Amino acid sequence: MRITQGTFSYLPDLTDEEITAQIAYALDNGWSCAVEFTDDPHPRNSYWEMWGLPMFDLTDPAGVLHEINECRKAYPDHYIRLNAYDSRYGRQTTALSFIVQRPSSEPGFRLDRQETSDRRVRVSLHPYAADRPAGERYRS
Amino acid sequence: MTENGTSGGRWSAGVIPYAEMGYWRPDYQPKDSDILAAFRVTPQPGVPPEEAGAAVAGESSTATWTVVWTDRLTSYETYQGKCYRVEPVPGREGEFIAYIAYDLDLFEEGSIANLTSSIIGNVFGFKALKALRLEDMRIPPHYVKTFQGPPHGVVMEREYLGKYGRPLLGATVKPKLGLSARNYGRVVYEALRGGLDFTKDDENINSQPFMRWRDRFLYCMEAVNKAQAATGEIKGHYLNVTAATMEDMYERAEFAKELGSVIVMIDLTVGYTAIQSMAKWARRNGVLLHLHRAGHSTYTRQKTHGVSFRVIAKWMRLAGVDHLHAGTVVGKLEGDPNSVAGFYDTLRLDKVAADPVKGLYFDQEWASLPAVMPVASGGIHAGQMHQLLHHLGEDVVLQFGGGTIGHPMGIAAGATANRVALEAMVKARNEGRDLLKEGPDVLRAAARHSRELDVALSTWGEVTFAFESTDTPDVVPTPVSI
Repeated sequence: MRITQGTFSYLPDLTDEEITAQIAYALDNGWSCAVEFTDDPHPRNSYWEMWGLPMFDLTDPAGVLHEINECRKAYPDHYIRLNAYDSRYGRQTTALSFIVQRPSSEPGFRLDRQETSDRRVRVSLHPYAADRPAGERYRS
Repeated sequence: MTENGTSGGRWSAGVIPYAEMGYWRPDYQPKDSDILAAFRVTPQPGVPPEEAGAAVAGESSTATWTVVWTDRLTSYETYQGKCYRVEPVPGREGEFIAYIAYDLDLFEEGSIANLTSSIIGNVFGFKALKALRLEDMRIPPHYVKTFQGPPHGVVMEREYLGKYGRPLLGATVKPKLGLSARNYGRVVYEALRGGLDFTKDDENINSQPFMRWRDRFLYCMEAVNKAQAATGEIKGHYLNVTAATMEDMYERAEFAKELGSVIVMIDLTVGYTAIQSMAKWARRNGVLLHLHRAGHSTYTRQKTHGVSFRVIAKWMRLAGVDHLHAGTVVGKLEGDPNSVAGFYDTLRLDKVAADPVKGLYFDQEWASLPAVMPVASGGIHAGQMHQLLHHLGEDVVLQFGGGTIGHPMGIAAGATANRVALEAMVKARNEGRDLLKEGPDVLRAAARHSRELDVALSTWGEVTFAFESTDTPDVVPTPVSI
């Protein structure tokens, strides 16, 4: 399966040139960029690991792409996303967030069902990869 | 003291013009804390516009048809609505805009029912007027702050769903009547796994013989959970909890929450008080609240009589909903582009500037009341994606019902077509491309890697709904007569 979180998951994976164009758009809007990575892509996992601090003062798209590539080198089997953050009063939230690297194989999620009374079924979303310890989940 | 204060004429028993009773006050400077209203007034022949404006001010505040001495037991000037300006409408003979100021003390804190019973309670049937329309209101921060407002708002909704940088996508399940709960859930599953963020009950899906509410909730939530597993994304189905009584609505909403639904839905027909009750329930329980504006066109559409939708939008932001249907511009339902832009500004911005082109009569400050996510629904399809993004922006739910479910390759393919078109268009916009000019090229290029989009474009690419709007602002940006 293909996890479809992020702004551009239904398009072919973005090239570095296309990623740079999106970074430039974010920086032009005054949004700071940040790189995050994880091997736990559960949709309720809000807190992916931070690849350093948000790049508040960086204005050159190439610098952001450099950090993405450094993160890719360190975590070649993880999901990596680029976030652009809008700190303006009234927003103060993420403005754009898209995946820039995904593992070569994405096993996806299992639904654990627990039948209860009155036809109700409690479900729990279980990433197959999460059965292995953090750091080893997508290593082949 | 003005002439209407203590002169014998003002207090003589009998009937005197409203304007002479203190409801016409061209000298009045509205206070920052006043609630202001702009009415479009069409007086009966022979009724001067100032008198018509004063009558509206009077009948929507303290006045009755004759002089009453008991007014003199009160600080009546405080409680009188004051018509402070009347202007003819350019190009529309016999119509005037009357501006009226109301003291804050006329209204109960945090009550849309009370606000509306005052402002539109009696006056719309007034015989001296041929027609009357409430065009806009200025709600001062003093009053705004007495309302809870949207349970979550746009920012919290995006963080809750983990979806940023693009409009959200939805679809209403069709056919809206007749499907069994199990078949209905199939549509939900296919649409969500194909790429939509939300599916939706229609306004009239409540609990009918062919599908009872509890069965629908069970099957829809099975579908939502399966789609989340298939995509790794948060998904939702607007479970419509509209019912005959508040107790029934609470019961249905509680069940939706228990099943893990991120969102429930109500119809405008449940009434303002029920909407405010559900707003409080939704904040208390961490569930998003979607409002369908069922019935609004009966009073919002005609230019000379009723209540403009921009006023309904203001009331609903105060009452507290997270989603509100507000027009598509390009779809099958009424919606002049400039008016719709005014509705969207009203729902989404914190400070809204008066703009006659958009039909906005007053500056409106929302004082950090959360924003409402507008919903565009009705006759829109993937081939219009560039226009939709251009007109409606990013904080909006685009709902493609027929445009998803009617796809020749199936519902999931229809959903994928919409999602591919949307993401391609957002990406192109961010790259600096001119959507209105290059939109069709962007769509065609995206269709090269998506057969679903390719088929959608060849099915609906040319469909448009080019009818003239009835509800348009009086001012147009270019010097063209209406």
